[in-house]
Amino acid sequence: MSGILVFAEHRRGELRDVSLEMLVAAANVAPQAGGEVTAVLMGSHVDGMAEKLAGYCDKVLYVDDAKFENFNAKAYQMAMSALIKERQPQLVFVPHTAQGVDVAPALAVELDMPYVTDVMGLSVVDGALRPVRSYYQGKLNADYALKGEGPCLLTIRESSFVVGAPEKKGAIEKIASPVAEDVVGRRFIEYLEAAVGDVDITQADILVSVGRGIKEPANLAMIQELADALGATISASRAVVDAGWLPHERQVGTSGKTVKPKVYLAIGISGAFEHVAGMKGSKNIIAINKDPNAPIFTVATYGIVDDLFKVVPKLIEEIKNLKAS
Amino acid sequence: MKILVCTKLVPDTSESDVSIDKTGKDIATNGLKFDINEADNYAVEEAILTREAKEGEVDVLCMAPQSADVVIRMALAKGCERALRIEDPRVNVRNPLQAAKVLAAAAKDQAYDLIFTGCMSSDDKNMSVGAALAEELGMNHAAMVKHVEIGDGKVTVQRELEGGLLEVSEVALPAVLSVQTGINTPRYAPVRELRKAMKKELKVVNLDDIGVDENQVNEAGSKVELLKLYYPEVISNAEMIEGTPEEKAEQIAFKLVKGGLL
Repeated sequence: MSGILVFAEHRRGELRDVSLEMLVAAANVAPQAGGEVTAVLMGSHVDGMAEKLAGYCDKVLYVDDAKFENFNAKAYQMAMSALIKERQPQLVFVPHTAQGVDVAPALAVELDMPYVTDVMGLSVVDGALRPVRSYYQGKLNADYALKGEGPCLLTIRESSFVVGAPEKKGAIEKIASPVAEDVVGRRFIEYLEAAVGDVDITQADILVSVGRGIKEPANLAMIQELADALGATISASRAVVDAGWLPHERQVGTSGKTVKPKVYLAIGISGAFEHVAGMKGSKNIIAINKDPNAPIFTVATYGIVDDLFKVVPKLIEEIKNLKAS
Repeated sequence: MKILVCTKLVPDTSESDVSIDKTGKDIATNGLKFDINEADNYAVEEAILTREAKEGEVDVLCMAPQSADVVIRMALAKGCERALRIEDPRVNVRNPLQAAKVLAAAAKDQAYDLIFTGCMSSDDKNMSVGAALAEELGMNHAAMVKHVEIGDGKVTVQRELEGGLLEVSEVALPAVLSVQTGINTPRYAPVRELRKAMKKELKVVNLDDIGVDENQVNEAGSKVELLKLYYPEVISNAEMIEGTPEEKAEQIAFKLVKGGLL
């Protein structure tokens, strides 16, 4: 049992970044896992992706089969299970994404694998691999140990490993599809774009972004006043959109939009990983939150620990005064 | 249609400090408020909406200590018919696969057509119990579900992908659907229903009652081990603005308008 099998993710003809990130993570710990890093690419006519992956691993197993053109958890599980049984890797990496989490847990149960999810770091202590994940909205981390021989299954968090220039020239090996039979029980139909609204928050220079801390929709009037005073656009965290207080087009984060304004004012947003991933590229980040340990402060340029309902009214007044003077 | 919804009790740590307990592997829960996991609250609503559209009944399943009864009664008041609570300190609930194994044992004889779970719990965020439960029960599944349409022997779901893109897929019944927050608008339990809910069945069982070998689901039986919890190294370059709320607002306003940020 040796090596690392990394299942690449693609969607609508694009290789997703997390695929290369996983290969980088795998290369870092390959010596402990007994050597080779093998990427598995399952898709339909995606030769270009195979070549891209080859720059970051020792070998690419390429399954060219129309069954894998679009994601189907059932088809993926059948193929992954067959390949893991055949190749007996020590480690298996799957992205911790909407596709990955739709297949990895069932695969882990089926093959009775040691399983750690949402891994954002991998360290090696005395030759043993220590996956790192977080708990309680990023307030705590945990180190894990994998027991038994493996194969062990890890789901890897997006944007956790930095991808450099390609340095390898892995061999691309086309293999027969591991799934010969028809896939029953699940069928991909189509993709639907998120509804397009009137406002494009990715184009705004200034975003006033609100989170759970706003407490009730009536308080959005105050936020609108602040946005008006600044000439800013309002955006929001997932919690505000889930509650129906603002439309999805305003949502910042992994399941919403990625924004990079000149100024991002985060009001009552704790800064969960999924939110921060969508706004950390902003030029200046001002965070107002009453919890001094809120993760939003780790990416902020300026931070205010206080009650937003005390700070924001005064902020509106001061901005108006300064603009008038 | 026979429906089950699985719920979890979680501590609300969104705005409070989290401290590590003496074992170094768990948190001190004193002073923390516990409530139904947010995504599970949407799962309860989706289960009840489905029952209202298609008839049948909804059971609610929760693995938690007695303190969860308030939350379970709330689900009953909203429209679930029966409740089962698994209470057993031997279960290693940190491991989502072991948790799923226990839930599966409790559900397996009921021949559910549809099982709803939240797509993640706010404390551990493994995003795994739904699909693992499906595998244990030999059912189909879909995760990150943002819309459900019940068909004949199948459901059509919209799954939420990154960037807000939706994947439409068809899943044959019986199936486990892990629902994403925002899929519906969870109702509040009417007060009069709360009183009726006190009379509905709430059965409490342990591992022995549901025929689970403890060695499969306890910490020693876990194939992964949480070695230690610790505070992440906080790398913050933020300039913290100090003073009264008014003074803080003044400083930020100045930086915004006169300080060249805009």
